[in-house]
Amino acid sequence: MQRLKNIGARIGHFGIIAAFTAFTAFPFYWMLITTFKQTNDLINTKNNPFLFNSPPTLEHLQVLFVDTQYGLWIFNTLVVGVAVVIITLLLAVPAGYSLARLSGRWGQQLAIGIFLTYLVPPTILFIPFSRIVADLGLQDSLWSLVLVYPSFTVPFCTWLMMGFFKTVPKDIEEAAMIDGLSRFGAFLKVVVPISSAGILTVIIFTLTLVMQEFVYALTFITSSSQLTVSIGVPTFLVRGDVYFWGSLMGACLIVSIPIAILYNFFVDRFVAGFTVGAVK
Amino acid sequence: MRQGAVLQSDKQEQEAWLGRLMLAPAVIYIAALVGFPFLLAIYYSLSDATVGSQTLHFVGLRNFQRILENSTFWTSLRNALVFTFVSQLLVVILGKILAMALYKDFRGKWLVRFLILLPWVAPISLGSIGWLWIFDPIYSIINWTGRAIGLFGPTTWPIWLGQPNLAMASVIMVDVWRLLPLATVIILAGLCSIPQDIHDAAEVDGASFWRHLTYINIPLLMPIMLVALLFGVVFTFTDMIVIFVLTRGGPYDTTQVIASLAYFTGIQGGDLAEGAAISLFLFPLLVAAAVFLLTLAKRTEVT
Amino acid sequence: MATVEARSITKSFDGINAVDGINLLVKEGEFLVLLGPSGSGKSTLLRMIAGLEIPTAGDILIGDKIVTLLPPKARNIAMVFQSYALYPHLSVFKNIAFPLENMGLAKEATRKKVEQAALMFGIQRLLQRKPRQLSGGERQRVALARAVVREPVAFLLDEPLSNLDAQLRTSARDELQQFQRRLATTTVYVTHDQIEAMGLGDRIAVLNHGKLHQLGMPLEVYDDPADTFVATFIGSPPMNLIEQDRTIIGFRPEHFLPREVYGASSGATVFPFRVTRVEHLGSDRLVYGVLESPLPSAKVISRLPSTVALPIEKGRRYEFVVRAHDLKHFDPKSSLKISGGQNKL
Repeated sequence: MQRLKNIGARIGHFGIIAAFTAFTAFPFYWMLITTFKQTNDLINTKNNPFLFNSPPTLEHLQVLFVDTQYGLWIFNTLVVGVAVVIITLLLAVPAGYSLARLSGRWGQQLAIGIFLTYLVPPTILFIPFSRIVADLGLQDSLWSLVLVYPSFTVPFCTWLMMGFFKTVPKDIEEAAMIDGLSRFGAFLKVVVPISSAGILTVIIFTLTLVMQEFVYALTFITSSSQLTVSIGVPTFLVRGDVYFWGSLMGACLIVSIPIAILYNFFVDRFVAGFTVGAVK
Repeated sequence: MRQGAVLQSDKQEQEAWLGRLMLAPAVIYIAALVGFPFLLAIYYSLSDATVGSQTLHFVGLRNFQRILENSTFWTSLRNALVFTFVSQLLVVILGKILAMALYKDFRGKWLVRFLILLPWVAPISLGSIGWLWIFDPIYSIINWTGRAIGLFGPTTWPIWLGQPNLAMASVIMVDVWRLLPLATVIILAGLCSIPQDIHDAAEVDGASFWRHLTYINIPLLMPIMLVALLFGVVFTFTDMIVIFVLTRGGPYDTTQVIASLAYFTGIQGGDLAEGAAISLFLFPLLVAAAVFLLTLAKRTEVT
Repeated sequence: MATVEARSITKSFDGINAVDGINLLVKEGEFLVLLGPSGSGKSTLLRMIAGLEIPTAGDILIGDKIVTLLPPKARNIAMVFQSYALYPHLSVFKNIAFPLENMGLAKEATRKKVEQAALMFGIQRLLQRKPRQLSGGERQRVALARAVVREPVAFLLDEPLSNLDAQLRTSARDELQQFQRRLATTTVYVTHDQIEAMGLGDRIAVLNHGKLHQLGMPLEVYDDPADTFVATFIGSPPMNLIEQDRTIIGFRPEHFLPREVYGASSGATVFPFRVTRVEHLGSDRLVYGVLESPLPSAKVISRLPSTVALPIEKGRRYEFVVRAHDLKHFDPKSSLKISGGQNKL
């Protein structure tokens, strides 16, 4: 009886996992098939869509890399990503440390204040930003994104770093101070190296946010050579009513898979930092 | 005695100054790039600013008045609330179930976790286009499969994004798909932070699965689930990408939400003032939701 | 090498005095133990000496120089933490070299000193490892080597043995004392463990609620406690205290023995004693019981060494005695020792 129950529980467990995985991953499986299917196979409603009824093809990827500036968009996204990562680290790492260690009660209030910037989302800010960016002459320039993106990465990453720094034992900083460093020296030489996993998490997270961002890029940028992936792909592979499905799906897969793999390594730390500040 | 006291405050001042110095750049940046535009948004909402205009005139609350008289706004507000409430309810319930399933160790967990995280890392615009293809009126894989396995009769051919109720259900489904991974990993982290001792104690005390769930898991997880919910609410309520890509607010504004309406009015329509005013309606609602959820989280906190 | 002094030092957190007006002078080369229960202020006092906390009032002196406000790095002291606080991202070598590098010592000289320190603690083999690859005892040695390497004027140790298991602790205590004797560096050692305190300290400072209750050599503190707190905090089981005629009378369990043990010697006080429980601990027997009239019915304990073979049975009444000079007297109001030790019984 107990054994039957155990087997039942295992089947139930497996069923739940399988159902959820199918839900989250099916669109990507579908993208994969679509990417390599010939167009006339895609649009023949008589064909079984799960199968390759004509031989697989690379024509969609060719469109993506040859007929559009997909490679350049990835490059642009990386340029913006790296610049935003640098700005974010320079601002958020010291700020997170300050909130975790150096500021007492007013620091807690400020931490909550920084948290509350989530409540002023891009949806509220993109309209004034469209004017600010125009007034600064940054329209249609990647630099507009470099300027604006830290406005949502810095609060988030400050919060994350605060969480990480809170988990560093105080003893270790104090030992460093007794061993001849100032408070700031202990921060630079001991706390930052110890928190390298946290910093990596911030880097990956920032890159993901930059890659995801849509509203600002849509508002600020129009010319093809300055687009990022998330905006270039839908702009140039959707012509009126014509969707280049194969290329669109390939474009999504190519940028998602590597980031997802990276993410899988860091998701635990990311979540730990995410929730330490909020709940404790 | 006195000297020591005075000097102590000096030293504390020193640490506090270092603290302020390290915090200042971030705070200044945030003030300049969140605070200032936010004030500007308020200012625009009280003016007649358009994309091309050089001068602004103060028009008081006229924009707000116009918005409140506009039935599309009320439709969008209602849609946004339905969109957010239904999708987040689903996300929390499904996230809890999935997190509990992932809590156990099993073979291939790494791969499963990878597959479950995918929707969260894919650029939202591109992920949504993937769904656009799945929901395509002619080539929809859902319809093909439905007919192939006999679920849909020969006359049934739902147009997922073209029929009012189906369209709302579809965008909700995509939003659930996109936010489920985040909620799951947050709840999973909370689950892992419950000491194993407590589970063991409940086991020894003879708790059934349901009692374990309702007396141990859910109460202890409440704070972290509320935090996950807060992030989900903020992301969903202010999101326009899913809607922008999938339906553009249609059909007949049945999926129009405040965020997308602000974009179409402010940027595509060129009426910065009214767009800003529409988007500002998000703010008090978000603050109310945040205060409510965080208070609840504090209250349910056990330790 | 230097003296370490606290002058009427006070530290308050949120209006509560964690350390409350303590005066203390640690002599050159002395091994001084700060002993007290948790919350007694012993760690706070140590942290003020280290410069990790700034006193609310009073001064800290190291080698006759006021250092109250100097940052830790300017005090040339070394500290060993309870957690050892090894830098997890650095190898053992780098950990030990860390203070030297901060002083700007040349590479070759650093290497030499690190190797010397490693040799001293027998950890030469471990120099390339990371802290997480070490056992508890090895970590403790690395922490000590890191403290020694820069030849500080004083060592501050914050419960450095409490993370070791019981067997290792005894041998570590022995090594710790040997190396302190050899270096003859002034050492302040914080612990809540009276056995460590008795075994290690040249002198012991007993703290409670931020106040210094007694400062003296281990045997002084044990045999002649300054007040009832010290009397009950030190010794296991603690000193028996009974109140009679507005005096508190105290006697150690090992001095509270059956009349037969002392033979016919005079000058001993007789206590009628009903035994309630007997514990056999191997080397000792602990006898629990209640005093009977004419004495107040107080619970007391006797510790009989195993050399006393006398049968003691639960539920029976015996006559136990304490010799006059083993009786201590305390004032019930101030709980301080009454000097002179007049015998009222």
